[in-house]
Amino acid sequence: MTDLTAPLAAPGRLTRLRRAVPLLVLLSAIWIALVILTAALADVIRPYPITQMNLSARLVPMGTPGFPLGTDELGRDVLSRLIQSVRVSLVIAFGATLLSAVFGTTLGFLAAQFRGWVEHFVMALADFQAALPFMIMSLAVLAFFGSSMMLLVGLMGFYGWERYARIARGLAIAASAQGYAGAVVQLGAKPSWVYLRHILPNVASTLIVSMTLTFPEIILMESGLSFLGLGVQPPETSLGNMVGFGREYLTRAPWIMLAPSVVIVLTTLSISLLGDWLRDRLDPTIR
Amino acid sequence: MTPPVIEARGLVQKYESGRSLLKPGRVVRAVDGIDLAVRPGEVLGVVGESGSGKSTLGRMLLGLESPAAGKVLFDGAAMPAPRTDEWRRLRARMQLIYQDPLAALDRRMTIADQIGEPLRIHRIAEGPELHERVAALMARVGLRPDQADRYPHELSGGQRQRVVIARALATGPKFLVCDEPVSALDVSIQAQVVNLLRDLQEQEGLTMVFISHDLKVVRNICDRVAVMYLGRVVEEAPSDQIFTDPRHPYTRALVSSVPKAGQGLAGRIILQGEPPNPAARPDGCAFHPRCPLADAACAREVPALERHRGRLTACLKQRPVAQTAA
Repeated sequence: MTDLTAPLAAPGRLTRLRRAVPLLVLLSAIWIALVILTAALADVIRPYPITQMNLSARLVPMGTPGFPLGTDELGRDVLSRLIQSVRVSLVIAFGATLLSAVFGTTLGFLAAQFRGWVEHFVMALADFQAALPFMIMSLAVLAFFGSSMMLLVGLMGFYGWERYARIARGLAIAASAQGYAGAVVQLGAKPSWVYLRHILPNVASTLIVSMTLTFPEIILMESGLSFLGLGVQPPETSLGNMVGFGREYLTRAPWIMLAPSVVIVLTTLSISLLGDWLRDRLDPTIR
Repeated sequence: MTPPVIEARGLVQKYESGRSLLKPGRVVRAVDGIDLAVRPGEVLGVVGESGSGKSTLGRMLLGLESPAAGKVLFDGAAMPAPRTDEWRRLRARMQLIYQDPLAALDRRMTIADQIGEPLRIHRIAEGPELHERVAALMARVGLRPDQADRYPHELSGGQRQRVVIARALATGPKFLVCDEPVSALDVSIQAQVVNLLRDLQEQEGLTMVFISHDLKVVRNICDRVAVMYLGRVVEEAPSDQIFTDPRHPYTRALVSSVPKAGQGLAGRIILQGEPPNPAARPDGCAFHPRCPLADAACAREVPALERHRGRLTACLKQRPVAQTAA
């Protein structure tokens, strides 16, 4: 028999953390942290240089001593290339997502603030962007200017900005027409005060969710471009690049494609879960 | 006589609706030529049914909208154009209290932050001084100190309206427009908020324009009442005169609609006809299609606001009375 009168032990640190954060979200956060760490320390933790070939060990399967994830058709270590790919893809995806969120939100707020022809112009631009297949635009730009990391991030930064612009404009107009933003303007605040201290925190949750949607799309878009040979150029590598080249050995050496695919799926899923949870946490009204 | 704090001269506001490429829109005159003056420390009630232009008038008096014609003078100076620096500075001296406090508050900010916001915007107080002034403001409107860190949705409707009032009073304004401040509240809370507003008005000597369709509330707080019908003032008189001896047929109908204890429904004037549509204003006196006294002349001539026995009335039927009295 247990002693019922014994005082309940105070919950430990881990228990408290588990109560505050759902398990799935915790796992997502750990995965994202791991991915970011990998990207940051890529140069240190990489077992081999990404271009080092070992012709005696070509298409070695997973689990071979020395090559835990196997090697590709040129005998390059898949693990080393995966680590480098994570870094490259993350830089592109994070950079581009942030760029498109900042660009789109700024234009949306400008449209809401000035209305009139500014609004018409921004909305026409957004419609234009939405109507134009992004892939074709990217192909044209990359074909003309050649591919570089900066250009790729900048180009991807245009992906999905029209969604942020529409969301930001709509919410800002709704807030200004009647409600808190109008009230703060009436208190004598300048537009910068109203937008940065009131409207932005209020629309942030919607924008964050939108960002978690854009992030995986940008990873996939980059994969597509790399696959077509216009994205990240060999010998440099990215997740999409690896999937693209691994495709040719899908039946003989599936591990080349498997590793980056799993990383793409887990990362995008984690970002979505984390973003969804973050949105709920950031809203004091549904705490 | 002391000069008025706020004065409106020939105020007109027009809105255009349903405009398209092919046909011009219909012009709605929401406010159609209003002259008003409110003296320091006076509370002017503005009553009328929905669509009569009460709120538009209030917004123009505060300079939130520029009038289509006419002008507003605050302390004898013309109202600056909206959203200029001068206009922003003036916000510290005139404030608006909203109908829906939940919509007027930022739901992601604690109420203490929101009450202190005007002080930060106008750089009046910072740091510990800001904290002190916010605490003092909260005490003055009857909020407990422990509510400072709450969010708007955690408070009741009456408490939210107290937050809005505290925020409006933060910079020590001289002129306040209350736009239906209690109509979104429970009846049991209404009296508390009205009493609070009246106490604050007396302590501060605030000049107020109190917009409402609730005559009981208006009678409780206002010194003078202007009755609006379709964008025009049809009667303006000291509060007790309006309620004991209404002259304009519309005011009579309004006043008779206030229930009185022990009297039942006897003596109530039920208005006939449709509520007015500001886009299709009747010729002559705007009220004539619903007026029990109207005759052929009322459909032709627009009555002017004329003085008689200490009040202003816009009714052709009152003119002979006015002339004999003069």
